[in-house]
Amino acid sequence: MDQKISFVVDGKSATVNADPAMPLLYALHAELGLNNPKFGCGKAQCGACTVHLDGAPVRSCVLPVSAAAGKRITTLSGLGTAEKPHPLQQAYIAEQVPQCGYCLSGWIMTAAAFLQTNPKPTDADIRQAMTGIQCRCGTHMAIMRAIKRAAQIAA
Amino acid sequence: MNPITRRDFLKASGSLVVSVSIPGAVATALSQGATIGGKPPLLPNELDSWIAVLPDGSVTAFFGKTEMGQGVDVAIGQIVAEELDVAFDRVKVVMGDTAVTCNQGGASGSTGIQRGGIALRNAAAEARRVLVELGSKKLGVPVEQLAVENGVVMVPGSSRQRVSYGELIGGRHFHHQLEWNKQYGNPLDVKGVAKPKPPSEYKVVGKSFPQKVITEKVMGREQYITDVRVEGMLHARVIRPPNAGCNPVAVDENSIKGIPGARVVREKDFLAVVAEREWDAVRAAESLKVTWSAQCAPFPPMEKLHQYIREAKPNGSGMPVNLGDVEATLASAHRVVAAEYEWPLQSHASMGPACAIAQMNGDQPRLWTGSQKPHYGRVGCAMLVGLPPEKVHATWIVGPGSYGRNDAGDAALDAALLSKLTGRPVRVQYMRHDATAWDPKGPAAVYRGRAGLDAAGTVTAYLFHGKGFSRQDVIQRETHPKDTLVGQLTGYPSKGDLIFQIPAERYEFANKRCSWETVPAMLDRASPLRTGHLRDPLGPETHFASESFIDEIALAAAADPVAFRLRYLKNERHTTVVKEVAEFARWQARPNPARGKGDVMTGRGISYTERNGTVVAVVAEVEVDRRSGRVWARKFWVAHDCGQIINPGSLRNVIEGNIVQAISRTLLEEVRFNENRVLSVDWATYPILELADAPEAVEIVLIDRPEIAPSGAGEPSTRTVPAAIANAIFDATGVRFRRVPITPERVKAALARA
Repeated sequence: MDQKISFVVDGKSATVNADPAMPLLYALHAELGLNNPKFGCGKAQCGACTVHLDGAPVRSCVLPVSAAAGKRITTLSGLGTAEKPHPLQQAYIAEQVPQCGYCLSGWIMTAAAFLQTNPKPTDADIRQAMTGIQCRCGTHMAIMRAIKRAAQIAA
Repeated sequence: MNPITRRDFLKASGSLVVSVSIPGAVATALSQGATIGGKPPLLPNELDSWIAVLPDGSVTAFFGKTEMGQGVDVAIGQIVAEELDVAFDRVKVVMGDTAVTCNQGGASGSTGIQRGGIALRNAAAEARRVLVELGSKKLGVPVEQLAVENGVVMVPGSSRQRVSYGELIGGRHFHHQLEWNKQYGNPLDVKGVAKPKPPSEYKVVGKSFPQKVITEKVMGREQYITDVRVEGMLHARVIRPPNAGCNPVAVDENSIKGIPGARVVREKDFLAVVAEREWDAVRAAESLKVTWSAQCAPFPPMEKLHQYIREAKPNGSGMPVNLGDVEATLASAHRVVAAEYEWPLQSHASMGPACAIAQMNGDQPRLWTGSQKPHYGRVGCAMLVGLPPEKVHATWIVGPGSYGRNDAGDAALDAALLSKLTGRPVRVQYMRHDATAWDPKGPAAVYRGRAGLDAAGTVTAYLFHGKGFSRQDVIQRETHPKDTLVGQLTGYPSKGDLIFQIPAERYEFANKRCSWETVPAMLDRASPLRTGHLRDPLGPETHFASESFIDEIALAAAADPVAFRLRYLKNERHTTVVKEVAEFARWQARPNPARGKGDVMTGRGISYTERNGTVVAVVAEVEVDRRSGRVWARKFWVAHDCGQIINPGSLRNVIEGNIVQAISRTLLEEVRFNENRVLSVDWATYPILELADAPEAVEIVLIDRPEIAPSGAGEPSTRTVPAAIANAIFDATGVRFRRVPITPERVKAALARA
């Protein structure tokens, strides 16, 4: 049975009337018409659907929308602004990372939270922290450069 | 109903797609131009089909290929800006829309610049010539006394005798003819009277302009194919059989009765569910009860795949190279080296499953697709639903990763048929298993090399034979329903082409034979193991074998692998990449293997290949952990020669991507299956390289040859990687791996046996 579920997404209040078991991804992308996050696997195996829920990265393709009730959600498009991109966004642009770019929510949203708690990571820290996030175009080398650059920008 | 953004509305409203892609002023300005002579037809021999100048003097270039994230549009913009003498940021490139671009073949074979750039370069050069002539008339100054700077035709040094492109033709059409070779697709060529600039005058080409679209993607603003929303559209999910080759016998529509708006749509053996809301379509697909025909075990057990290939009666063959008397020389050789190599089936496993939106109902049939070839996709869709192709307006929108003929081509035709059957616009979104298990696969193959050496270690005979599935069991364009799952399920018999490959190299062996055979598909209708183009079709397969085998011959000749290659290469571009990469990597000459000691062994290997004019050499350094079997492809050095370089920054990122994707394919990737079904259905069952296993460094030396026409870069370095890794593992361990993927389990087992 559908329920009304409200939350704040990228600073704006939103309400969906939906199956509480529906993954949050469908609430954001299909019901609210937001372009981020992305559907990649529906199994929390790739990261493309990552959003922040009260500041922590979650895989929205498996998180029931009911778990987001009353919470604050940030998507990739709400992470920074045109005037003030997030340090990771600045670094990704400087390093020209994307090929297709469909994976970006996974890397950037996960790395944003990671850099908050690990502002000066080693290469090994980054490699470890990004386990379970996929990039099929093989931009791994540029991703490493960008995350390191973001840490420097944020410092 | 979900809110539809303005952008979506423009897309949905048919003729306004141009307004989405280029500023509103363009459409307005050019439609005003229509009153002065009308818009010429969209034919390649019309200059207006390629170049438009807006009233503000900015330029729009219309490119009939598409961009898969490698920055081809930026390179095209640079080429156009260069020839027109306008600033790079004054050029906008519109791609892959059948309403405004000519069919240049879409993304295909790394020809974006190599082929696609030629037409744009010639058209832009001719546009400049026409504009200077117009300027000459306007200023009353002979053409020879005029120059162009930043889109202004001028008498050099004069502040008054100048007129801008915008003033000359802004917002109006050229109505000027080009010479066209009457071909469409990759071979399309046009030229005017003007000669393109000599490279010595380049100011824009050769510089690393960034991709503006990267900013849009990174800021979360770029609209992907998955984000296209059309008013009134239904959400669809396809229902593939649990076992390959099975057909729906009975569908229990009551099983989804409780899901609002969900219903079954079926045409012959093609089955799908649709719903007003996406989650309801997902639930319906999960809940639908279908009785399928009995399983028919169309495949051999997976471990017998290569035995199947070896034993299969070939259905096609070729012997493109046959020099000297190979058999006789081999029979009299002092020593014969022989080896066989195996490559598995691999999936595109694109980052996101395919999505397509079709609106075949109404007066303006539309297709939105992430496929590499929208001009062909519209033909296939039109044929499937019974429309004339020219009636269908197809628009390419960036998709979730594309490396050839992936699942996007199937999704486009699914959407078209579902739209026809429902009378509504339909959005088909594949689930992960639809993508990984059901996309066309990179072919599996077996290769056999034999070489004869004389007593001095000189190669007297060389034979190389490949046998495997055709790279075009599914043709790379979805021009015909027979090349799609939905087509094959609704009555179009599968009919592919029989195409294989021999190594692309220039070893000058006196007696040399390179040949191939294709084998029939294991299931000839709607097979999840049908084979098609996957980045550098057959390139990694063939050159894993051929460049591994060269190292095996070098070993038999007790020669250093670099010196051995240089002994038989004469072509200057080919020797240059090998020498450059050896120097760059500080290669230490020795016959391999060095054979490391201890638990972690280090080794280096070289490989070199050609692809349609592009030459690449790679040195790989690996670490092999004896305890875990893990191979870490730790460092790469690449020497890359693709002729003239348009954008070195993009080129470096493209090469890095190829290297990393090829490492993944070499060390990890293999489509798993049993007699009835594909078992690789997601990232857990089809793992790819993670960041933890990425190299520490990929060092690239770009060899720029401005005097040589640019060839492709989107794929060539891919094929060079697998043998470099295998050769490095041999150097590290003394064990030769002749079968991909070189997984930890296989390495551990082989080292234990060694």
